[in-house]
Amino acid sequence: MPAAQPQTINSAPQYTLYHPRWYRPKVSVYWWLGERHYLKFILRELSSVFVAVFVIETLMLINGLRRGPVAYAHFLHRTQNPFVVLLNVIAMFFLVFHTVTWFNLAPSATPVRLGGKRLPDFMVSAPAYVAWIVISAIICWAVLQ
Amino acid sequence: MAEAAKEKIVIEIARYSPETDHEPHFESYEVPVKREWVVLDALNHIKDNVDGSLTYRWSCRMGICGSCGMMVNGEPKLTCATFLSNYAKDGGKIRVEPLRYFPIVRDLVTEIGGFVQKLKKAKPWLIRITEPKLSEDRFLQTPEQLDRYKQFSMCINCTLCYAACPVVGLDPIFIGPAALALAQRYNMDSRDEGSAERTAVLAHPDGVWGCTFVGECTRVCPKHVDPAGAIQQYKIAAVFDWLKSFVTPRGRDASSSAAND
Repeated sequence: MPAAQPQTINSAPQYTLYHPRWYRPKVSVYWWLGERHYLKFILRELSSVFVAVFVIETLMLINGLRRGPVAYAHFLHRTQNPFVVLLNVIAMFFLVFHTVTWFNLAPSATPVRLGGKRLPDFMVSAPAYVAWIVISAIICWAVLQ
Repeated sequence: MAEAAKEKIVIEIARYSPETDHEPHFESYEVPVKREWVVLDALNHIKDNVDGSLTYRWSCRMGICGSCGMMVNGEPKLTCATFLSNYAKDGGKIRVEPLRYFPIVRDLVTEIGGFVQKLKKAKPWLIRITEPKLSEDRFLQTPEQLDRYKQFSMCINCTLCYAACPVVGLDPIFIGPAALALAQRYNMDSRDEGSAERTAVLAHPDGVWGCTFVGECTRVCPKHVDPAGAIQQYKIAAVFDWLKSFVTPRGRDASSSAAND
């Protein structure tokens, strides 16, 4: 070891000044298009927009119900517009995608421990699926009565 | 090479020489496909027999040193654990590139200084506030306590998760999956008392809040560390910690912290 150490012991190492010319790859704006997993991630993020669409539509439905039969019939008439039907079909697809992807991710974010051991992932996501199916069935039954 | 392998495969390798090139280009090589050969064996074959200037990192060739990570057909892989025969079917090609999102030093060698700096910021070592007496049984752990962090301790710093994470590419100051998982590994360790010290770096926009839960880090991890899980678990703990800070007087609860649950 040389006797005289540089006094800047806490500063970042300076040797990078003299490194060979690194090539720094640039990330394309379309980084999410080329790869299946990235595309799935972007679609999952995008699905929240369609969740919002469904929330707004449900609020409009409740508002129509609140304001009486004429307003409700008017709301129903508007939802029969082919563009609204198409939007609803797309929104439904994204809503299911949103739900499935997040239910599948839930176990890794919230591991459940029983008796000192971590429960297998499906034991965490299965109750969510069961609750989803049961609640959907109850709503279907109530609506179709 | 006395023994002639019947099957051959074309392997395209990204070459970059800082002295002569402005950007990387691909060069093709034909290598024999032997049943037990991995991509790293093919690289060694090329370096030994075809082109000695081919530059890449490797050491243990048994999946524990974490040096030989490269992009194989666009996927971050340890090349010592990626068999040629999996790609040789139907006249397949193999394209080998340096790990994505890192600066390239030469050919397949990436610059990992930035990663090492990030790793240091996460303080991945045991931090103690109090030292038990030597006469006491120091730092005994139950199997349950070990189980809480063991998975996160398997990291070999191969940086495959950085090459998988689009956030790392788009936001270079994001501390990244491995550093966060290792911080969580020590936070979950019953012997560690440093989680409060790590909070400033972890519960930060460039820490866990930079993560958008793409989940690719977990998918590519050769050691099944699940960095994405570690980060999401820390996010939830950090929120509870933040809520707790409203009811707990400041300074009262110094040792508790996000991750100790």
